[in-house]
Amino acid sequence: MKHGVNAVALTVFCLFFVAVTVMGFLAARWRRAENAENLDEWGLGGRSFGTWVTWFLLGGDLYTAYTFVAVPAAIYAGGAAGFFAVPYTILCYPLVFTFLPRLWSVSHRHGYVTSSDFVRGRFGSRGLSLALALTGLLATMPYIALQLVGIQAVLDVMGVGGGEHANGFVKDLPLLIAFGVLAAYTYSSGLRAPALIAFVKDALIYIVIAVAIIYIPIRLGGFDSIFTKAGHAFAAVNQATGKPRGSLVTTGPDAQWTYATLALGSAMALFLYPHSVTAVLSSRSREVIRRNTTILPLYSLMLGMLAILGFMAVAAGVKVKNGQLAIPQLFADMFPDWFTGVAFAAVGIGALVPAAIMSIAAANLFTRNIYKDFIRPDATPEHEAKVSKLASLLVKVGALVFVLTMDKTVAINFQLLGGIWVLQTVPALVGGLFTRWFHRWALLAGWAAGMGYGTWRAYETPSATQDHFGNTNVIPFLGEKGYIGLTAFVLNLVVAVVLTVVFRALKAPEGVDQTSPGDYTADAGEPGVQVELPPATAGAPGGH
Amino acid sequence: MPEPSEGSRGRVVPVELVLAGVCLAVPFGAMLWVGSYARVEPRLAGVPFFYWYQMLWVLISTGLTAVAYVLVRRHQRARKGGGRS
Repeated sequence: MKHGVNAVALTVFCLFFVAVTVMGFLAARWRRAENAENLDEWGLGGRSFGTWVTWFLLGGDLYTAYTFVAVPAAIYAGGAAGFFAVPYTILCYPLVFTFLPRLWSVSHRHGYVTSSDFVRGRFGSRGLSLALALTGLLATMPYIALQLVGIQAVLDVMGVGGGEHANGFVKDLPLLIAFGVLAAYTYSSGLRAPALIAFVKDALIYIVIAVAIIYIPIRLGGFDSIFTKAGHAFAAVNQATGKPRGSLVTTGPDAQWTYATLALGSAMALFLYPHSVTAVLSSRSREVIRRNTTILPLYSLMLGMLAILGFMAVAAGVKVKNGQLAIPQLFADMFPDWFTGVAFAAVGIGALVPAAIMSIAAANLFTRNIYKDFIRPDATPEHEAKVSKLASLLVKVGALVFVLTMDKTVAINFQLLGGIWVLQTVPALVGGLFTRWFHRWALLAGWAAGMGYGTWRAYETPSATQDHFGNTNVIPFLGEKGYIGLTAFVLNLVVAVVLTVVFRALKAPEGVDQTSPGDYTADAGEPGVQVELPPATAGAPGGH
Repeated sequence: MPEPSEGSRGRVVPVELVLAGVCLAVPFGAMLWVGSYARVEPRLAGVPFFYWYQMLWVLISTGLTAVAYVLVRRHQRARKGGGRS
C-alpha cells in the first residue's frame, strides 16, 4: 500500500466533486413546477421523468458505490460465489416488468407516494402500512451508511481517509464535508439533484469500467493468465479454516443452492426497497417503466465486468486486510494517478446519488406513513414537504453517526438483514398488486413471522469473518443450504395463506379497499390518471 | 404473467400474453439451474464458461424482455382499438 497522500488523484477527485455539487444546487431549477412546495415535487421530481432520465436515475440508484466496492470484494474474497450478483440483476427485470407498472398505475390514480401508501389504501390497514414503512426505514438506513463506507474506501486509498494510522476529528473531515454538501443540495433540490448528478456518475462509471476491463488485462497478460493465477490463489488452503480460499466455479449442490437462492431472493427484494419505488414512481408513464426493463440490463453487463475486476485484484497480487479496499487499491496500483482520480470520483459520486435518493425515500416513508398517519393527520402538502425535507436531513445524520461511531461490520450486518427484511414485504405488496384475497391481519402475522425467523436465523449463522450474521443456512425440510431471506419469505407466505383461510372462516373484518381493478392497468392519458397530481388530493386521508 | 387483468376474468388469456409470460419465465429456468453452467470449460478468450455464459444471459434475457414488451404493447393497442370501434 502506498503511503501518504496521492495529490494528483485527490485534485482530480475534488474537481469532479465540486462540479457535481454545483449541479446539485442548480438542479432545483431544472423542470421546475410553479408550486414546488409539495411532496410530489420535492420527493418525486414532479413525477415527470421520461425513459432516459429514469434509466439514469434507476441505474444511479440501484448500482451504488457500495455495489462497486462490495461485489468485486466478494469475488476477491471467495471467487465464484460472489458472482451471484449477475443472475440476480438478470432475474429482477422480468419481475419488474410484471408488477411495477401496476404499482405505477394505482399510485397515479390515488396519489400514493410510497409503497406503504398503497398497502394502506388496498387493505384499509394502517397497522400493515406502518409495519411495511418501518421495514423500509430499517432496511434503508444502513444502506445509506454503506454508501459512506464506499466513499471512505476511496478516501483511505488516496491517503486522506480514516485508515488505521489516522486518528481524531481530522480523519473524518473529508467525509463530513462530502456529506454536508450532499445534505444541503438534497434539501434544496429534492429528487431532481440526484437525477441530474446520475448523468455524471454513470458516464464516469462506464468510462472507468471500459478502461479497466481493457487496460488492466493488458498489463496482467490477458484473461487467460488472470484466471489461471486466480485459480491457483483460490485453491491455496487457508491455514485458519483448513479449506481452500474459494473456487473459480461454484462446486457441489450446496454451493449451487446457495447461489440460486441468493440470486432469486435478492432479485425479489431489489425493487421493493423504498428508493427503487421512489425512482419508479417518479417516471412519467408505465410505458417508461417497461421500456426501462429492456435497457437497464446494460448495467448488469457493467456489473459483471466489475465483478471480474475482483479476479484481476487477486491475479495482480493486491494484498489488503479489508476486502473493501481491494478494488480501490487495484486502481491505484494499475492506473496513472490522474485516472485513479477519475475512477475514485466515479465511486465517490456513485455514493452520493443513491444516498440522496435513499434519504428522500426514507423521508417520504416517515412523512406519509408515520407522521401523517399517526401524528398529524391534517398536515397540508406544504407541511408534508417541509417535514420530509427535515426527515431527509435526520436520516443522513443518523447514517453518518452509524459509520463514525460503530464498526463498519455493524452497517454491513444491518444491510444484510435489510435484504432479508425487505423480502418480507413481498406478500403484502406484490400480492396486493394482483389480488385482494389475502386478509390484512394474516399478512401482518406472516410479515412478523418472516421478520422474526429471518433475523433469528441470520444471528445464529456464522459468516465468513464473524460468529453472527451470515446470510445462508440450511433450509428446513430440504436440507440444502440457501438464502435465509428466501426461507423466511416462504414461511411468511405460508402463514399468510393459512391465516387468511382462518380469518375468512371467522369472518374477521376485511378493511375497505380504496382501489378498483381498472386502477391497476390505467396509463397516463387515460381518464382519472394525472401525470402531475394536484397537490390537494395527493393522498389526502379524507379521500377514503 | 403480465396483466392477468381482473377485467378479463372468465375469458381465455390471449396468445400474446401467454408468449410474453413465457419470455419472462425462461431466464428463471436458465439462471436458477446453476448445475447447467457451473464449469470452467469451454473458455472464451480465457474467461471460464461460468462467467461468459452468465454474461451472455444478460443479453438473452434483455432480448426476451424486449419481445415481451412488444407483445404486451401490441395486445394493449389491439384491446384499445377494439374498444373504440
